[in-house]
Amino acid sequence: MKSFTYERVETPAAATAAFAKVKGARFIAGGTNLLDLMKLEIETPAHLIDVSRLALDKIEATTDGGLRIGAMVRNTDLASDPRVRRDYGLLSRALVAGASGQLRNKATTAGNLLQRTRCPYFYDTNMPCNKRKPGSGCAAIGGFSRLHAIVGASDACIATHPSDMAVAMRALDARVETVDATGKERTVALADFYRAPGTTPHLDTVLAPGELITAVTLPKPVGGTHIYQKVRDRASYAFALISVAAIVQKDGSGGVALGGVGYKPWRVEAADAELPRGAKAVTAKLLAGAKPSHENAYKLPLVERTLAEVLAQARG
Amino acid sequence: MQTPGDLDFSRRGVLAGGASVAAVTVVPSGAVAAPGKAAAPAPPTAMVAFDVNGTRRELELDTRTTLLDALREHLQLTGTKKGCDHGQCGACTVIVDGRRINSCLTLAVMHDGESITTIEGLGTPDKMHPMQDAFVEHDGYQCGYCTPGQICSAVAVLDEIKAGIPSHVTADLTKAPKLTASEMRERMSGNICRCGAYSNIIDAMTDVAGVKA
Repeated sequence: MKSFTYERVETPAAATAAFAKVKGARFIAGGTNLLDLMKLEIETPAHLIDVSRLALDKIEATTDGGLRIGAMVRNTDLASDPRVRRDYGLLSRALVAGASGQLRNKATTAGNLLQRTRCPYFYDTNMPCNKRKPGSGCAAIGGFSRLHAIVGASDACIATHPSDMAVAMRALDARVETVDATGKERTVALADFYRAPGTTPHLDTVLAPGELITAVTLPKPVGGTHIYQKVRDRASYAFALISVAAIVQKDGSGGVALGGVGYKPWRVEAADAELPRGAKAVTAKLLAGAKPSHENAYKLPLVERTLAEVLAQARG
Repeated sequence: MQTPGDLDFSRRGVLAGGASVAAVTVVPSGAVAAPGKAAAPAPPTAMVAFDVNGTRRELELDTRTTLLDALREHLQLTGTKKGCDHGQCGACTVIVDGRRINSCLTLAVMHDGESITTIEGLGTPDKMHPMQDAFVEHDGYQCGYCTPGQICSAVAVLDEIKAGIPSHVTADLTKAPKLTASEMRERMSGNICRCGAYSNIIDAMTDVAGVKA
């Protein structure tokens, strides 16, 4: 690990100010992904700004009947919150489907959104990877691509986003609140939060350098049946091959987002509209234009069959 | 005894010496630094004070030191084990402010003022924690390397179920989870045992929880 200086800050303003002061600074909260990447020298911050004790650890009702989840709320606490369990069951389900108890105790809401891909070539510093080292190439294209993206990828990168939480939040129409070094606040829909890899796969999100996530908001509860179905290589503590987050209303309408298929939680409005017509129709719209490799083409039927199971469950 | 820290230091010294020797070949005579003196500046350190197993400990640490390395290399609490060092195996599990975490994936300096419980703090050979007793009784290990992490995790898992924290196998999110083998198995998935003592570990936990498997 490269050496770094360390400071702990008490307020978001102090955090963004500290970032502006030191070149090569990074925020650290739960640290479960960043520290791992620092050990491998994939991340090499010169200065760490510890934001883990910011008073952004509350879950509060918003004026429009929704919830504001502080950036520092731990995954365990978010999954356990009675309001989340009652009104946003999908989110609770996705959280407990991810990682391990130990990791969920440390991992934060903002950090979960910002975790980096688990593409094995991103982690293997002996291999080319445009996300890790821009311009070096993509070893996954033409390599072992069983885990990789089937939609939204580019010639430069076929990595997937690994979060379960983000998939549920996408289906719940979450928004991300941030503040930058000048104190300017903005809100970005989670739908617009992740950047398509294009020719710049090293840029995961639309956040500017030093911009700090302060909260994630959820609109008021929409009711319906909430199901998060994750398919993985072992029954627990594994990343998704694919996952389906669905909210299904009594009349068959609703919303669906997929995990494990692209660089972001994958949701298509036209696919939501097909929900009353069943899994085949929804999948056709969701994965229109999919470009699987021979190793991950299995994800197309897997999505359709998993969605069929989810819709059957929702019908009761 | 030479500690891993000493080894690391020596290797760095050798590398630094080597670099300065290489530099000699391109630097005009008269500008030659003494070998070994051209090393990079000392890595940044920070002070941290926390409570470990009921005792206040103060350390000045290289900022890179994980909580795991602080416990093992600086406080000689070697009960906590380093398995994968990447949060995948759970051998390094300790309990911080009542919650189990992977001590390998967190920096020691981030835990200022917190309370850390390691396997040494749960029980002693003379006065074992009920979970330690149960692991012995049910043969919840073979080689024993993952055991301290398994036991710290197991103790915390029972508390998590009692606190009503849901898991992937909790049937009804709006109700308190039940103390079942299935709940315990799911919650223990972050602790890998290469010997495969899993069924005996669940038996030990079931025993301590006071429920029928």
